[in-house]
Order: sequence, then structure tokens, then C-alpha cells
Amino acid sequence: MTWSAAWVRVRALSRPRWWPWLVWCAVLGPGLLVAAALLSDLLRDTRWLGANPVKEGELRLGTLTIQYLAAALAITPLRRWLGWNWLQRDRRTFGLAAFCYGLAHFLWYALLDLQLDLAQLGTDLSKRTYIVVGFAALLVMLPLALTSTRAAIARLKARWVKLHRLTYVVPVLGVTHWWMSVKADVGQPALYSVLFAVLLGWRWWHARRDNSLHATTTPARAGSH
Amino acid sequence: MDPSAHRGEPQHAAAGTLVTLIRPPQLIRPPAPRDLRSSDITAEPLYWTRREWLAAAGLTVGAIAGLGGGPKTALAQQARGRGYGLQPDDKPTSWEDVTTYNNFYEFGTGKDEPAENARGFKARPWTVKVDGLVKKPGDYALEDFLKGARVEDRIYRHRCVEAWSMVVPWRGIMLADVLKRAEPTAGAKYVEFTTLYDPARMPGQRSAVLRWPYGEGLRLDEAMHPLTLLATGVYGRDLPNQNGAPLRLVVPWKYGFKGIKSIVRIRLTDRQPATAWNESAPDEYGFYCNVNPTVDHPRWSQAKERRIGEFVRRPTLMFNGYADQVASLYAGMDLRRNY
Ligand code: HEM
Repeated sequence: MTWSAAWVRVRALSRPRWWPWLVWCAVLGPGLLVAAALLSDLLRDTRWLGANPVKEGELRLGTLTIQYLAAALAITPLRRWLGWNWLQRDRRTFGLAAFCYGLAHFLWYALLDLQLDLAQLGTDLSKRTYIVVGFAALLVMLPLALTSTRAAIARLKARWVKLHRLTYVVPVLGVTHWWMSVKADVGQPALYSVLFAVLLGWRWWHARRDNSLHATTTPARAGSH
Repeated sequence: MDPSAHRGEPQHAAAGTLVTLIRPPQLIRPPAPRDLRSSDITAEPLYWTRREWLAAAGLTVGAIAGLGGGPKTALAQQARGRGYGLQPDDKPTSWEDVTTYNNFYEFGTGKDEPAENARGFKARPWTVKVDGLVKKPGDYALEDFLKGARVEDRIYRHRCVEAWSMVVPWRGIMLADVLKRAEPTAGAKYVEFTTLYDPARMPGQRSAVLRWPYGEGLRLDEAMHPLTLLATGVYGRDLPNQNGAPLRLVVPWKYGFKGIKSIVRIRLTDRQPATAWNESAPDEYGFYCNVNPTVDHPRWSQAKERRIGEFVRRPTLMFNGYADQVASLYAGMDLRRNY
């Protein structure tokens, strides 16, 4: 079998029966592991999250939030490249996962790290720039999560598409929040900046190309994004 | 920062009296040099039996209730004989945590990376240079450097600027002894410390997260203070590489990053030395870096801390609980400006 024949076969793959299970594991697994590790560390004195489990879990959930965002944004380019149109419905799952992990990251911080020290929470949310930026990222995700149902999509129609362009703001805020939170080693946030630049740049490039195609030949390219 | 901005001039004499006040008469018996596991230490600290903890707790409570603070508290500590201002609930952090949760960027920026990446580091032979404004400069082999100095075990609270803390049983010598031996000249006002620079052995130095080599500094009176230690060990054993082998600074009333590790040079100067974190982010890290719950880091509060091994956060103590011993060093200084 030649490479091109194999490629044709890969592109022709249809959604496997176990695919939804894989997606659910990918979305729930890490969160359940972090929660279980914390419980085990606190109750049974294990060291799954190291010496400072509360801080470590907080960082892991923050990182996972960024990673699910990246996954959600990677779906469309992957779908196009592989020709797997059936990937598209997982975009919502990963987007919702990003929101849920962001919320969990925030709750972890407020409940377990600050231990509901409301005075400090108030100061942090208003005065500490990196927290304000993280909070903004979470707030931007909130309406996106709330309007992710089929009903909302049907009801909002064109406005839904417009509203959900806000998605592209979230990684910018998220990575800025990360970048500002580190003391000196910006290696990781820098890496994710590049990743998001590629993912968003690809969209920009495609939108431009599609626009110029529309302008000249107007081919019917339904549901491209 | 203008050195004349602070009024507390170096006070060599004061150090002497403090020594007699707070040096405990009895040393801690080190454990036999064998492989320690946390199960050996956490459940029943080798250092203090439960009875001793209770006795110490009783004495401290008594001292506070009956005598009040100030030097009398120090006397009470002397009566306790141990612990250097430990509170009754300051239990030594486990060996495992002390040796796997480290900030030592020369071996990576993750907390667990130093323990991993410093494994093959050879801390011997080691040379320490003492120079600058001293009558007796010299390059010492580590063994000669330590010769004649009294090695002590001291349990100190350790407060990281990142709002976590530990209780660490250090072993070391008083920096004052080393400095006295070198005989600082009248012009010496500061001490500058430098870490080894060797990117081949310290892989973290290959990326420019901080300026290398790491540098730190103290005012001479801080350096001469009897609480200031040059540590050579923890838990009665030689310092593990990830904790700054073979020689590191311990200044228990300052944030942990002042405790420069793997020291190769100690230089006396008349000018305030540049320090690594101050150069990296001057608005976040000043020269003094005294633990102070009332002055926040720009990005987080310093009012509370998480003691490693505990869940509920504790209030952070002024000067990390060593105010009785060190507050006078900063009398009249604006600690908000001199952070
Ligand atoms: C109200 C909302 C949020 C708050 C209060 C918050 C708070 C925090 C805190 C306290 C840290 C720890 C910083 C440190 O100690 O080093 C952190 C780290 C982080 N947060 Fe957030 N955050 C919020 C929202 C978000 C969102 C929406 C994202 C992602 C889009 C995010 C991603 C991250 C990441 C990636 C880290 C760093 C993880 C690491 O260093 O390994 N955060 N956040």
C-alpha cells in the first residue's frame, strides 16, 4: 500500500464506536485523578501531588484548563486536515471541559487554597492583575458554556456564531494569566503562546482565504468553521 | 537603593550579647547516619520526644503568660534549651518534604526537579573564597573552612516568599564565626554571597531564568547575627545536593530565597550587593526580604502561609516569629519601602 493510499484510508475512517468513551475519559479522567490524589494525600498521607498538594492541584487544574482550550481549538483544523467531519461534535465537549476545569480551578483556589478567606478573595479578584485576568477568562467562558446547548444554538442562530467568536479571546486571557503568575520561568506559558498563535493564526488565514474565494467564485462551503 | 536610607548601622557588639541570650546550651543529638525515611521522622520526630514537646509547650505558654515578650521570652527559650523560638506546634517537616520540595533553579524550576537533577552533583572537593574588605582573605578547602567552627543543630522555621513554610532541622556553623575569623575591615558594611557557576554541573544555569551565578547579600549586622547560619546539613546529615550542598545560607527571619545555596564566595563590601531576585523583578523583591505579614508581594498576600504537611493555613509571623531577636536591627526603618 502506498503512502497516498494509506492516507486516503485514514481520511475515510468513520467515527469508531468507542470514540465517545475515549472522549469522556479524556475529559473526566484527569479531573477525577487530581481529586482522588488530593483526597488520598490529605486523608492517607500519600504524596501523589507532592509535598504541597493544594498548590499542586491548583496548578494542575489551571494547566488542564489551558489544555482543554487548546484541544477545543485544535478540533476544526484537525477535522479539516484528516477529513474527519465527525470530530466536530467533540469541539463542544472540549470547550465545556475547559470551562468546567476553569471553574474547578477557581473553586479550588477559593475553597482549598484561600479557604474562603473572603477578604483576601476580594482583594485578589480586584487588585491582583494576574487573578483579574484569569477571572476575566472565566467570565468570558461563562456565556459560551451557557449557550452551548442545541436549543441555544437554534435560538440564537447567527448571533450564536458571533457570540462564540469570544472563544478566541479566552486563550489570550488564559495564557496572559499564566505568564503573569510565574515567578521567573516563562517556558511553559511561552510554549502555549506559540501553540495558540498557530491555532488562531490558522483560523485567520483560512477565514481570509475563504473570504477571497467567496468574493471570486462563491463556492458553497457550508459549515466550514 | 540608597544605603543611607536605613538608619540601622551595623552593630557588631550587639551580636555578642545576643549569643549568650539565645544560644541554647544543649545540642540536638543527630540520628545515626543511615537512610532516613519519612516514616522514621514524621510519626515520632527523632529530635523531640512527645514528652519534650509537651514540656516545651508548657514552658512557652508559661513564659508568655507570666513573663511577657522581649528578652524574657529568649530566656524562656534558653530554659527550654532548644528550638530557637519554635512554637509548640512547630513540628519538623518530614525529611521527604524537606528534600523533595525545593526551589533551586540551578537544577530546574519545578519543585521536584532539584531532587531529580542534582542527584549526580559532586559537592566535594569544594572551595570557598573569602575576600573583599577583610584583613585575612583566603581560598579555603571546605574542610579547612569549617575547621574550628562550632557545628550546631538548630531547628528553624523556614518561610518561602511563595507563602509556604517548613520547619527544618539544620546543622551548621554561625556565619559570624567565619566573618570574625576573616577580620572585616572598618569599611565593611555588607556581605555578598555567590553560588557556584558551572552550567555543565548545574543544568538550570543553561537557561536564563535568572542571572547566573545567583548572588545574595546581607547587611553586616544581619550577617553577624547569631541566628544567621551557614548550613552544612539537615536532619543531622550532610546537606543533600538539592538543599544547597555543601554550604548554604540560612537566615530564618527572611524569605527563603535569601538562603543562597552551594556558596563558593563570601565577599565583604562597602556597598549593598546586587541580588539575583532583585535584579530579576525589583518591584517584587527588595534587598531585605524580611518576612512581613503586613507587606504583600505585589501578586499575592503574605498574611498567611501553608505549612508543608498541613492543610489549614497559618498566620505568618512578623520576622517569621524571630521579631524578639531581630526587630532591633531594623529600628526606625520603613519596612514597607525596604521590603
Ligand atoms: C477567577 C478565575 C481564576 C483564578 C482566581 C485563578 C487563580 C490562579 C492561581 C492562584 C494560580 C496559581 C499561581 C501560582 O501560585 O503560581 C493560577 C495558575 C494558573 N491558572 Fe488560574 N485562575 C483563574 C482562572 C484561570 C483560567 C480561566 C485559566 C485558563 C484559561 C487559568 C489557567 C491557569 C494556569 C495555566 C495556571 C498556571 C499553572 C502552572 O503554573 O502550572 N486560570 N491561577
